Amino acid sequence: MQGTGRTLLIGLAVVVAGVLLATLRINPYLYFAGYVILQYIVIATAWNILGGYAGYVNFGTPAFFALGAYTAVYLIQSIRAPLPVLIVAGGLVSALLGLAIGYLTLRLRGVFFSIATLALSIVLQTMIINWEYVGGSRGLSVIRPSSPPFGNYVTFLFTVMVLLAVIAVTAARFIERSWVGRGLAALRDNEEAAECMGVPTLRLKLFATTVSGFLLGVAGAPFPYYVTFVEPNSAFNLDYAVNALAMPMIGGTTSWVGPVIGAVLLGSAQQLATVTISSEMNLFIVGIVLVAFVVLAPEGILGLVRRLRSR
Amino acid sequence: MVATPLLEVQGVIKRFGGFTALNRVSLHVNPGERFGLIGPNGSGKTTLINCISGALASDGGRILFEGHDLAGFPAHRRTRLGIVRSFQIPKPFTSMSVLENLHIPLEYAAHERAHAADIDAMEILRAIGLEAKAHQKPAGLTQIEMRKLELARALAARPKLLISDEAMAGLSSAEVDDILAILFGLSEQGITIIMIEHIMRAVMRFSERIVVLDAGERIAEGTPDEIVRNPAVEKAYLGE
Amino acid sequence: MFAWDLLANAVVAGLLLGGVYAAVSLGVSVIFGLLDIANIAQPAFLILGAYAAYVMYNAFGWDPIVWGLLFTPVFYLVGAAVYRVYYGSFERRGEESLRGLVFFFGILFIIEVSLSLKFGVDYRVAQPAYVGKSIEVGGIGIAYRLLVPCLIGLAMTLALYLFLARTFYGRAIMAVSQDRVALRLMGANPVKIKTVAFGIGIAAASLAGSLLITITPIIPSADRDYIGRMFAITVLGGMGSIGGTLVAAIILGIAESLMSTFFGPSWAQAVSFGVLLAALAIRPAGLFGR
Repeated sequence: MQGTGRTLLIGLAVVVAGVLLATLRINPYLYFAGYVILQYIVIATAWNILGGYAGYVNFGTPAFFALGAYTAVYLIQSIRAPLPVLIVAGGLVSALLGLAIGYLTLRLRGVFFSIATLALSIVLQTMIINWEYVGGSRGLSVIRPSSPPFGNYVTFLFTVMVLLAVIAVTAARFIERSWVGRGLAALRDNEEAAECMGVPTLRLKLFATTVSGFLLGVAGAPFPYYVTFVEPNSAFNLDYAVNALAMPMIGGTTSWVGPVIGAVLLGSAQQLATVTISSEMNLFIVGIVLVAFVVLAPEGILGLVRRLRSR
Repeated sequence: MVATPLLEVQGVIKRFGGFTALNRVSLHVNPGERFGLIGPNGSGKTTLINCISGALASDGGRILFEGHDLAGFPAHRRTRLGIVRSFQIPKPFTSMSVLENLHIPLEYAAHERAHAADIDAMEILRAIGLEAKAHQKPAGLTQIEMRKLELARALAARPKLLISDEAMAGLSSAEVDDILAILFGLSEQGITIIMIEHIMRAVMRFSERIVVLDAGERIAEGTPDEIVRNPAVEKAYLGE
Repeated sequence: MFAWDLLANAVVAGLLLGGVYAAVSLGVSVIFGLLDIANIAQPAFLILGAYAAYVMYNAFGWDPIVWGLLFTPVFYLVGAAVYRVYYGSFERRGEESLRGLVFFFGILFIIEVSLSLKFGVDYRVAQPAYVGKSIEVGGIGIAYRLLVPCLIGLAMTLALYLFLARTFYGRAIMAVSQDRVALRLMGANPVKIKTVAFGIGIAAASLAGSLLITITPIIPSADRDYIGRMFAITVLGGMGSIGGTLVAAIILGIAESLMSTFFGPSWAQAVSFGVLLAALAIRPAGLFGR
């Protein structure tokens, strides 16, 4: 399997590059910003596994992300679990949520799944607000572990996120090129025909929601240590909902490359913009860009490039 | 000397709200048979096909395939058992090439690995006459090519029973003959075929046995000659 | 000692709330229930209508509901325009599902953020003349603040029901929801009819918004509170049945009121979500059975 070996090697190279970058101890702000962009690579890739590959739109990204974050908070508060445990646990809990919502709604039309995810974030946020142990509505302070690698915890989290981004993208690429990915594409193109051609559509859909949920939870798990003060409004931030959609749509939803392009472009733009415009204005612009792409360039940048190439 | 029927439909009932689309319909199809299913518009043919393929759940009666009751089997499982249907309005996988369209049933219904699937897909396209378009997307196909793709895709699922749902509707006379030739060829390979059609000359030439539905009920069964001479059939199509 | 009067009050409040919730959900009943368009931006138009009524009430006096009525034609045109864009970009090409949903989400988002930019995060509420007064019926106080919007909501529901049952366009909309082909054969243009229906749906939402601003304080992010409610009521009520919408709205109103009274107001959201999931679970065979 030459292709897989080469992919893993490239992934490893990226991780090593990330680690080297961390040791250079350049401007600390770059690690802060880099973490956010890498986090969005994971989020956008995760969203796209369900949205782009299978065609089922998840509007409740904040729910899955925050669930990963709050699972981590719970484990930090209760047993002071190490970071790898937080990440795996956060992923598993969000995966379970994905499976549950999927099981309840995926036998119906895709629209009902989307509507359920839309309502999901609000409900989950209400539940977290009422849970004092993880801080409730007031929020909770979390103390980072001492003596981190690279001397600075944010720099360390940056490298962790590099690793998570590589894992997410590799997983997406692997799924996309496998028979599972072909089955997902078939059910996205025409679910009725796919089912009649032997594709177990329900099982594949549940697989996609579970994997997508897992990766979203994984993205959220380091969040408490990154922000050190976790409160529901930031964990359930609308940013995650719209960016998770906009980044794959801008980049292109049919391949693993699209979410990466979208995350890097939109994420960097937003990082640059936070100093000049308000966060609301930022969201407003993202909303406009999203609608513009959906109406005018639905296949995203990848689609535009493909069309230019075939001229 | 009649072998066990490949497909047995026993008293199937299907209702949509207050409307009864199928009222205790029974029929059987023998292995290797060329079977025709005809009836005026709205008689329940497609509904019956949907119940057999698993797209719809019936409200009563039983459907047996190779002796096994299909109750509770989802559509994809029935396809793997060998019941394959093509769609009246072609439903190709639009983001994939013609060749890749065939990959799906080859991999999922016939359980072939990727490399073998490539070879077999090309063979099927060659047999059907679509190999020139193998790498094109369905959007660039003509009407008859789309119908052929539907059939090719159904073939790729390695059917024991192929249900061809109005594959010839709207085609020219020559194109109808083209599709008919393909279906005859498949029958010779041993595939049992149920043909649903409105083009009478095609059904009459193709079928060994025909069942006629009208308003959800079976009103006639027999050879093409018997059906043509049956007054009940004439009445169903032409009215009183 | 069971709190019967608390219970009675909660039920009555729920009934009144139900009348308003019915008005809130009429638009979704038509657009999603009948036209099968998953317009998830509907709650944003609800809140937009609330703010429009509020701004005029604040500037010129007059009851916000009056302003809501005056604005109905404006919102009708907005709805018609949105549908045309949706139709041209997605429905005509047969690519409704993923992109159409994202399109409406984008609209929802843009509206909410625009309201945020303009009005900030302070709560706004209207206080027309009858607020503060109430009447007593059988020992239970019924506030005019709830009663008047509820009655208007019921009137809206009745008006829409009659429209769909008795007028040409209304019946055409019902026909479109059942059989597009038949309609074309009859010579009527389904796109025109759907435009009318969509416009009515948005207009209904905005009018319902003016009811809301009388009952309760509103902030731009309030649209998220109504997503679950609108769709839960539409699904429970039977997707397009106006009578069903009313019944479902009352059920939800009472359930929320009881929940709020006995368990605290923050769980109200969970009620509509729970109802939505339950309604989806009870629906008969999903994908192919519709």
